[in-house]
Amino acid sequence: MSEELKVPTMAEYMAEGKQPEILFWVGSAGSYDDRAKKITKAFVKILNKANVDFAVLGTEESNTGDVAKRAGNEFLFQMQAVMNIEVLNAYEVKRIVTCDPHSFNCIKNEYPGLGGNYEVIHHTQFIEQLIASGRLTLDGDVYKGKRITFHDPCYLGRANSVYDAPRDVLKKTNATLIEMKRHKGTALCCGAGGAQMFKDAEPGNKEINILRTEDALETQPEIIATGCPYCNTMMTDGVKFKEKEAEIKVMDIAELIADA
Amino acid sequence: MAYLPNIIFAVILLMGVGFFARNVQKLIRNIKLGQDVDASDNKSERWKNTINIALGQSKMVKRPVSGFLHVIVYVGFIIINIEVLEIIIDGLFGTHRIGQELLPTALYGFLIGSFEILAVLVLVSVTVFWIRRNVIKIKRFLSSEMKGWPKSDGNIILYFEVVLMGLFLIMNATDTVFQGANSGNVISQFIAPLFNGFSIEALHTVERIAWWLHIVGILTFLNYLYFSKHLHILLAFPNVYYGSVSPKGKFNNLDAVTAEVKLMMDPDADPFAAPPEGAEDEVPAKFGASDVMDLTKIQLLNAYTCTECGRCTSECPANLTGKKLSPRKIMMDTRDRLEEVGKNVDANNGEFKDDGKQLLGDYITNEELWACTTCNACVEACPVSINPLSIIMDMRRYLVMEQSAAPTELNTMMTNIENNGAPWPYNQMDRLNWKDE
Repeated sequence: MSEELKVPTMAEYMAEGKQPEILFWVGSAGSYDDRAKKITKAFVKILNKANVDFAVLGTEESNTGDVAKRAGNEFLFQMQAVMNIEVLNAYEVKRIVTCDPHSFNCIKNEYPGLGGNYEVIHHTQFIEQLIASGRLTLDGDVYKGKRITFHDPCYLGRANSVYDAPRDVLKKTNATLIEMKRHKGTALCCGAGGAQMFKDAEPGNKEINILRTEDALETQPEIIATGCPYCNTMMTDGVKFKEKEAEIKVMDIAELIADA
Repeated sequence: MAYLPNIIFAVILLMGVGFFARNVQKLIRNIKLGQDVDASDNKSERWKNTINIALGQSKMVKRPVSGFLHVIVYVGFIIINIEVLEIIIDGLFGTHRIGQELLPTALYGFLIGSFEILAVLVLVSVTVFWIRRNVIKIKRFLSSEMKGWPKSDGNIILYFEVVLMGLFLIMNATDTVFQGANSGNVISQFIAPLFNGFSIEALHTVERIAWWLHIVGILTFLNYLYFSKHLHILLAFPNVYYGSVSPKGKFNNLDAVTAEVKLMMDPDADPFAAPPEGAEDEVPAKFGASDVMDLTKIQLLNAYTCTECGRCTSECPANLTGKKLSPRKIMMDTRDRLEEVGKNVDANNGEFKDDGKQLLGDYITNEELWACTTCNACVEACPVSINPLSIIMDMRRYLVMEQSAAPTELNTMMTNIENNGAPWPYNQMDRLNWKDE
């Protein structure tokens, strides 16, 4: 990385007796997965650029338990949730931003019942706020006129009805936003949800990510924009399967904005 | 003997309504086999949903063709049934077209005229529905779960409606008093010429036959509901009211698990402590669902409400890519098993006797359950707020927590989370390494 990223931890803030404006929940994919780490760093670049006073939990963060819950392991989910809530509450965290719609949904909707009450926002919503408040300004030329299609992550869109924030952010880049036939409420899943990311698919006649990639290719995009690390992996694999990786990039909205 | 028709009518009406009421009781009893669930929250939003989604059909029209035709049949069904009121009064008291006597001619004519127009529109819509199901071969009506009875059921309902609408129009066309008044016979005046050669007596006989068949047909149809997918015409309303008002991504947290987790996390808890008084009799909670009794009352109501339209299945990513999972089949299986359990309870004096079967395995296979991506497309697609995903999730919970029957790769993933707080085998202490890479 050419630029030095500033990534303070909650522990450091605590030592200085300060509270950050927002906690950045990195999530397991964002911490360990090579492709997702690029999204994490792009988002930190945006946070640094907009002078956002944020912190991460770092080694004190643990898996949200979301994927265990979707796999049916409610025990493991609640164990993880209770541990994370203990840490978050000890730091008196009020606001959380994350690049992972699964963490977003889980902390926002399922932690409150276990004692974790926070304002949780998705990074596309946060970026939208940064632009709207003038804290982040974009160079309008980088993506001007580029054909971009946005793939709705299930856990952002249908699960939490967040459809506009990612689209509004994309429009701010002066790109040409083209919708797939199935979008917003009827968007097709990338195939990774419900713990499918971690197992082989059941017998069928096609992989779901291929079908979704075909939806995207119909729009003849230059960029397929995503808002979820798992969707990103699935769509990237789909584009490779279709041997289109030379022409079409799969990018998270954070990556698009970090360069804009 | 003058009162014989009135008596026969009263008996038929009582039998029709009585038999239906008995089946409704059975239906409620079966739904009550499910677990309690609290849905007393958000009353105003629930009523709003009932008005918009159930009464207003807001989700039906998302698919314009079938949605529009369905609205016609639905409106026709409700409005034409006002006519049944007159039929019942006439039947019980021996009057003839009491409305025509009591109401101003123009008003009565307007009412019956509207019914006649709607009857024709219903006939047209039902014909298109029949063509969609049997000629055009729309994919969602051809799935494997739609073979046999479900297919016949769909057609029988359409035939019922054709017959009922036809009888209504014939009844009007052959009614000399009604045709004589020449008000409201907007459609039937064109049917009347078909009976031109008939004597007054013959016309009267045809009118009586149509009239009797019409009311008997309606009562038969009413009683057919319980044995059919067509229950949605009644259950859609409570079902939408009790539908989820939370974000779709919010899955419930199991309270039984919370209790255990709290105990595990509590440093002061004594694992060897004697259970508090009275606790010994408690049956240990079962995690997840393997049979219909483990599901909630709302999930069971969902199953009876499903009218097998298949919009869920046609949006399901697993189904679209050839996997076995079909959310519609999940609902149909749940209903079929619940009916089986209900019959078992009836046969054993109100007690369920183990029949060696259950929803999991005998109806729904592991393969179907593991194909779900929990994407909520089925939930979004359902026009009457049914949630097949919640049943899939409850059954997965049973597989994982009661049977440890998760696919191997998922077990590996879960072991990783347990050991190092990530679904992959990476060290917890490396969680922040990305910042320096």
